[in-house]
Amino acid sequence: MEYNFVFLILLLPALSFLVLGLAGMKMPHKVAGAIGTVVLGTIFCLSIYTAYEYFIGQGRGADGLYPHVTAFNLTWLKFSELLTFNLGFRLSPISVMMLVVITTVSLMVHIYSFGYMHGEKGFQRYYAYLSLFTMSMLGLVVATNIFQMYLFWELVGVSSYLLIGFYYPQGAAVAASKKAFIVTRFADLFFLIGILIYSFYVGTFNYDLHAMPTLHEQVAGAAVMLPVALFFMFIGGAGKSAMFPLHIWLPDAMEGPTPVSALIHAATMVVAGVFLVASLFPIFVEFAPEQLHWIAYIAAFTAFYAAAVACVQSDIKRVLAFSTISQIGFMLVALGVCLPDPHTGAVAMTEEYADVQGLGYMAGMFHLFTHAMFKACLFLGAGCIIHAVHSNEKEYMGGLRKYMPITHITFLISCLAIAGIPPFSGFFSKDEILVACYNFSPVMGAVMSGIAMMTAFYMFRLYYVIFWGKSYYETHINEGAHKPHEAPLTMTFPLIFLSIITITCGFLPFGELISANGIGFHTHINWTVAGTSVALAIIGIVAATLMYKNEETPVADKLAKTFPTLHRAAYKRFYMDEVWQYVTHRIIFRLISKPIAWFDRHVIDGTFDFLAWGSNEAGESIRPWQSGDVRHYAIWFLSGAVALTLVLLYML
Amino acid sequence: MNLDYSQFFHMMPEVTLMALLVIVFIVDFVTAHKAPIVLTDEKTGPSPRPWFNPLVCIFMLAHILVNICPTESASVFGEMYVTSPMIGVVKTILAFGTLIVFIQARTWLSRPDSTFKEGEFYMLIISTLLGMNMMVSANHFLLFFLGLEMASVPMACLVAFDKYRHNSAEAGAKFILTATFSSGVMLYGLTFIYADAGSLYFNEVAKNLSATPMTLMGMVFFFSGLGFKISLVPFHFWTADTYQGAPTTITGYLSVVSKGAAAFTLCTILMHVFGALMQQWQYLLGIVIVLSITIANLFAIRQTELKRFMAFSSISQAGYIMLAVMGNSGMGVTALTYYILVYVVANMSVFTIISAIEERNNGVTDMDAYNGLYSTNPKLAFLMTLALFSLGGIPPFAGMFSKFFVFMAALEQGSAWAYLIVFIALINTVISLYYYLLIVKAMYINKSENPLPAFKSDCNTRLALAICTLGVALFGVCSYVYDWIFAAL
Repeated sequence: MEYNFVFLILLLPALSFLVLGLAGMKMPHKVAGAIGTVVLGTIFCLSIYTAYEYFIGQGRGADGLYPHVTAFNLTWLKFSELLTFNLGFRLSPISVMMLVVITTVSLMVHIYSFGYMHGEKGFQRYYAYLSLFTMSMLGLVVATNIFQMYLFWELVGVSSYLLIGFYYPQGAAVAASKKAFIVTRFADLFFLIGILIYSFYVGTFNYDLHAMPTLHEQVAGAAVMLPVALFFMFIGGAGKSAMFPLHIWLPDAMEGPTPVSALIHAATMVVAGVFLVASLFPIFVEFAPEQLHWIAYIAAFTAFYAAAVACVQSDIKRVLAFSTISQIGFMLVALGVCLPDPHTGAVAMTEEYADVQGLGYMAGMFHLFTHAMFKACLFLGAGCIIHAVHSNEKEYMGGLRKYMPITHITFLISCLAIAGIPPFSGFFSKDEILVACYNFSPVMGAVMSGIAMMTAFYMFRLYYVIFWGKSYYETHINEGAHKPHEAPLTMTFPLIFLSIITITCGFLPFGELISANGIGFHTHINWTVAGTSVALAIIGIVAATLMYKNEETPVADKLAKTFPTLHRAAYKRFYMDEVWQYVTHRIIFRLISKPIAWFDRHVIDGTFDFLAWGSNEAGESIRPWQSGDVRHYAIWFLSGAVALTLVLLYML
Repeated sequence: MNLDYSQFFHMMPEVTLMALLVIVFIVDFVTAHKAPIVLTDEKTGPSPRPWFNPLVCIFMLAHILVNICPTESASVFGEMYVTSPMIGVVKTILAFGTLIVFIQARTWLSRPDSTFKEGEFYMLIISTLLGMNMMVSANHFLLFFLGLEMASVPMACLVAFDKYRHNSAEAGAKFILTATFSSGVMLYGLTFIYADAGSLYFNEVAKNLSATPMTLMGMVFFFSGLGFKISLVPFHFWTADTYQGAPTTITGYLSVVSKGAAAFTLCTILMHVFGALMQQWQYLLGIVIVLSITIANLFAIRQTELKRFMAFSSISQAGYIMLAVMGNSGMGVTALTYYILVYVVANMSVFTIISAIEERNNGVTDMDAYNGLYSTNPKLAFLMTLALFSLGGIPPFAGMFSKFFVFMAALEQGSAWAYLIVFIALINTVISLYYYLLIVKAMYINKSENPLPAFKSDCNTRLALAICTLGVALFGVCSYVYDWIFAAL
């Protein structure tokens, strides 16, 4: 199978960005939106076709694996035979899966934004940025090497920055975009350091070390530095994927338009870190299993922390943001609990490995897929609600199920999915993750089951607060409150589409397509784990029902009053922002930056001022040399040549 | 003795250039008209032969296309003349630079006081180019010397092309006097080489040369001859006066094509012929490079006359070009050739703009004319900025890559000396950035009482600028260009 057409997947959104960015302001809104959406529709079809050809049309190779196809690979800069900067397009099972995820969610967001952004100033700019983002994210996942990934990684960061700050007249949006950019950029520094160490010791930017047998000795020589490099790279991934303590930018990023939150900050960009670890997975398993487990511990803590914070937030987008952080934690835990094969110490090429030690890989990817769909649905649903009540705060909601039936049903489906209730997709993926955790250690399994219960609780708290309970409209009708209304079709269609995927995609034979070593295996449900997790989820839901379904919430209020410190700390996200504020302002700015600034201003600037002054003076003083007299020139010429000869003869 | 005519096949670039020369001569002869020599300030008026310039440009393009495929290595005519893929690439680059000169020369050539000399202009340039080609391909000091002279003597005519302008005539006189002087010194040096090696064939000199004070002196004197062409300090004194006095188009040609050919020749001769004196010439080169870059930068800072300014800039650039030779490696040759190519586009871009502004500023090329240029001619100011950024080595423009490669090539030598030289060169890039940015500042920030009014450039200027700017923007980022040169090694 030839994938000659795939370059279009990157080229079309890039062109669309250029056209909309350069000429967009001259177009009517509808035309600009239509250009963006049609382009996205085209690459969506291309991606689906690619996925079909890759998984079904072409099928597995003779060795029982889906081949990694490099559709094209342009060498940009060549340092040595192996160390080259390449720009290319690589199809592997996970990158094909990501193509589908990105284009699906992006297409839905494009359609949705027609309604949501209707009449906004800068509508064309918005679509231009969306195209830029889609192009960068696609480039990231199809990268043939880590360096290309890094390039697009930064582009993704830039487009995220632009979109968070879309409402730039508002101070909060500007602050949030700056925060997001600085925090992720800070993490990216480590990513770059990791890449440099990796390329220095291993001598390549490629992911596939085994594809190059000559490299293997070099890799063995780099055994000490390789884990360090990998862990640095993970810090970059942790920044993008909002792992504790670098998560602080994601809740603030909710200042951006809600469809953007659905696309970038729920479904695609924030899972870049997961994708990174998955891309480097074989290297992690073989050379740095300890680091891999550390990733799991960090991710598990993050998942717990974010779930705890999500339980008490009042802004519905913040709840979803923390829920996203928590769910990404699940994915990374799944990757982190993978073990090397006990016999070979690496990824083993057996079906058993894929099903036991490497199960987490498949589970993490599966959860990435399902989560992208239902979380996008939740965010878009939240967007409909915000559109209807003109606020993010839960107190303006309540009782909306009567006014917004479609939003209500799709939101409920997604809540059930994230809570892990069968037959919705989240159940299947989360179940696999839990099984993988129990394979690793019972403690990890138990912790993650607990967090799964918290997930069910806070999601249903959110659900009840929005759709049940006291209706703000009805109680404030005399004060001129708007009557909430269902969103237009452009906005409800994506909800319906995504919730259909959420209902069905759990039944995908995911293990047949993607697994740790590429060998397909039949996933089966571990009924002990599944039973417990469903029971726990139901407990969470019931608790939420009892506490938040009714108009009054006496239990919740009482709990908040009984533990005021804890409640307040959780509401304030356990003061992580303040901690960072302290670290940056008090420690870094005052103790490190100020002395450096002084040094810069006085010593370095002084040196350069002196150099400049000296150069000017010297320039002035040698002016007479250039007299304009040819005889002088000849003398200089000859004496110069003689002087050079003498210097060479006697001085050196 | 029977001449084997098939040998001429290996000389394709020279043969086609010769053919071009003959064609231009015939065309010019047939269509020439008796033009009264009018010396007025009148600058408009239709050119009597509007088709002449496009015709020559097309022929030049054909010459490039015919010879663009790298030639096989061969040596013909009793090994006097050699060719190799790398030499082919260099000749293509030189021809490319000449083509840009031709394209942008049209405006100037259609002025009443030069239009009747249009044919001469092409013939002179083509003969210098032919001389440079011979010089690059020489494998014998005599052929090399012939090529060098063939490139210099018509060059003096070109410098004095605006002969009724005092400046131009003076520049031509200075150029020919110093050129003759430097040739004399060089020939004197070659006699020492011959005395020691007993031959003037490059291969035999390389084999027989011994490191004695005499050959060392010969080498330095030989070096000074080419150093004159490249305008390295202390052989650079002619540069400022000549660059300033010569017509702007010629200054551009002098600064890129002539310099590039000489630099490449010096590089190959040092590497292949003076192997026995390698240690000495590496020190020599180091000293000359540091002097060139530093002194030229110091002079450039104080200049307010733009062509003079570009003269010192080109001296300093010459120092960077020669850095590539320090490493004495194949990578150095590649880096040097690449630098020349990038320098051709960036510098020609600057000179095309200077020429366009000069045209509308009564022939004055002071920096004052650029004050506030951005407010009236934003596009031109922008293109100038790009070219200057490339000359200063700001990424992502091609100049940054070319500097990077020459530094890499120099560091390949690995000695403390090379590190020292590269370090000094690096410091100097900061100074050079300062004075390049002075022009940018003049265009964008300085206010002017009466800035140059907005004007529309003619299509030749635009075409030349488009080619150059494309080169500036893409030669670095597209690795194919570097790979193309590297593959020819």
